[in-house]
Amino acid sequence: MIYLRLFYEFFKAGLFAVGGGMATLPFLYDISDSTGWFTHSQLADMVAVSESTPGPIGVNMATYVGFTTAGIPGAIIATLGLVTPSIIIILLIAKALKAFRQNKYVDAGFYGLRPCSVGLIAAAGILVLKLALFNTELYQSTGVLTDLFNFKAIALAAALLILTRYVKKLKDLHPIFFIAASAVVGIVFAF
Amino acid sequence: MKELIDLFIAFAKVGVMTFGGGYAMIPILEREIVDKRNWASSEEMMDYYAVGQCTPGVIAVNTATFIGQKRRGTAGGIIATLGVVFPSLVIITLIAGILTSFADIPQVEQAFAGIRVCVCVLIFNAVTKLWKKSVTDKATLALCLLVFVLSVFLDISPAVFVILCAAAGILFTKVGLRGK
Repeated sequence: MIYLRLFYEFFKAGLFAVGGGMATLPFLYDISDSTGWFTHSQLADMVAVSESTPGPIGVNMATYVGFTTAGIPGAIIATLGLVTPSIIIILLIAKALKAFRQNKYVDAGFYGLRPCSVGLIAAAGILVLKLALFNTELYQSTGVLTDLFNFKAIALAAALLILTRYVKKLKDLHPIFFIAASAVVGIVFAF
Repeated sequence: MKELIDLFIAFAKVGVMTFGGGYAMIPILEREIVDKRNWASSEEMMDYYAVGQCTPGVIAVNTATFIGQKRRGTAGGIIATLGVVFPSLVIITLIAGILTSFADIPQVEQAFAGIRVCVCVLIFNAVTKLWKKSVTDKATLALCLLVFVLSVFLDISPAVFVILCAAAGILFTKVGLRGK
């Protein structure tokens, strides 16, 4: 029953992903590895589309993954799975908002959760990195070390890093501008 | 009933206008919920937002549930949440449908190869931003690095890390490691 499994997997992501949008990413990689519904490279494309379209990133990714896996019903079920834990938890704590925020166990728990989330997202980032900047398959078949690196991609990554982090005027631009520019670079330089 | 429909429409608008999530949402919520509709005060919004950040799930969804619940109880919470995800469902399904049929065109493949590089950089930027907020002492530094290394090399569900780290956070606070 793919729909039940979809709901369950996204319920899990909604329950354990703390810290917004990107926090769902490690769970999506986990789903990809354990079910084979979609590949790592499809997932990277979904992240790009989710960043460049309206709506919360986490919700967009759930819809996209659900659609890829099981069509329109899949999109709906994955999204409902993702938001169900939120609805339950928020409805439970809404009445005792102050007490929840000031509870020392909640506070201490989140003190440990936040760095965990960072570590998980960084690890998911490594998977995208491997895919985008290195030609692992080509290297395995030729054994030539220079084949391992995708030099065009590495140059683009370096340029983007500088533009998004250190150039004052560009730093605050919406990610969609950088995504669109990267698409153009990809086509022009035949990535 | 009318108020439930209002809730749905208001949050569907927030969903359409939230571009990129997170902080991008604050000014839109302020305008739609606080200024236009008077459904919550700015201070309440900040509280919801803060709690939304430190509860599991998508922040925009958590905030929608809070305000819906405040207006119309449980039904309100559910309707507001459905409103905020509705635009994503429609837009993403359309785009996904279109992209699947173009995925094999070489130019589309090249464009996505370029985009993947950009996604790497965006994830890196998200990580450094979250790092500054969450890695505040030696204990959190150790937790973060440990989770990173273990999840790169071992096949363990992220949920397991999340549960263990919450327990570790409570333990570290109890034994006085926090802030050192």
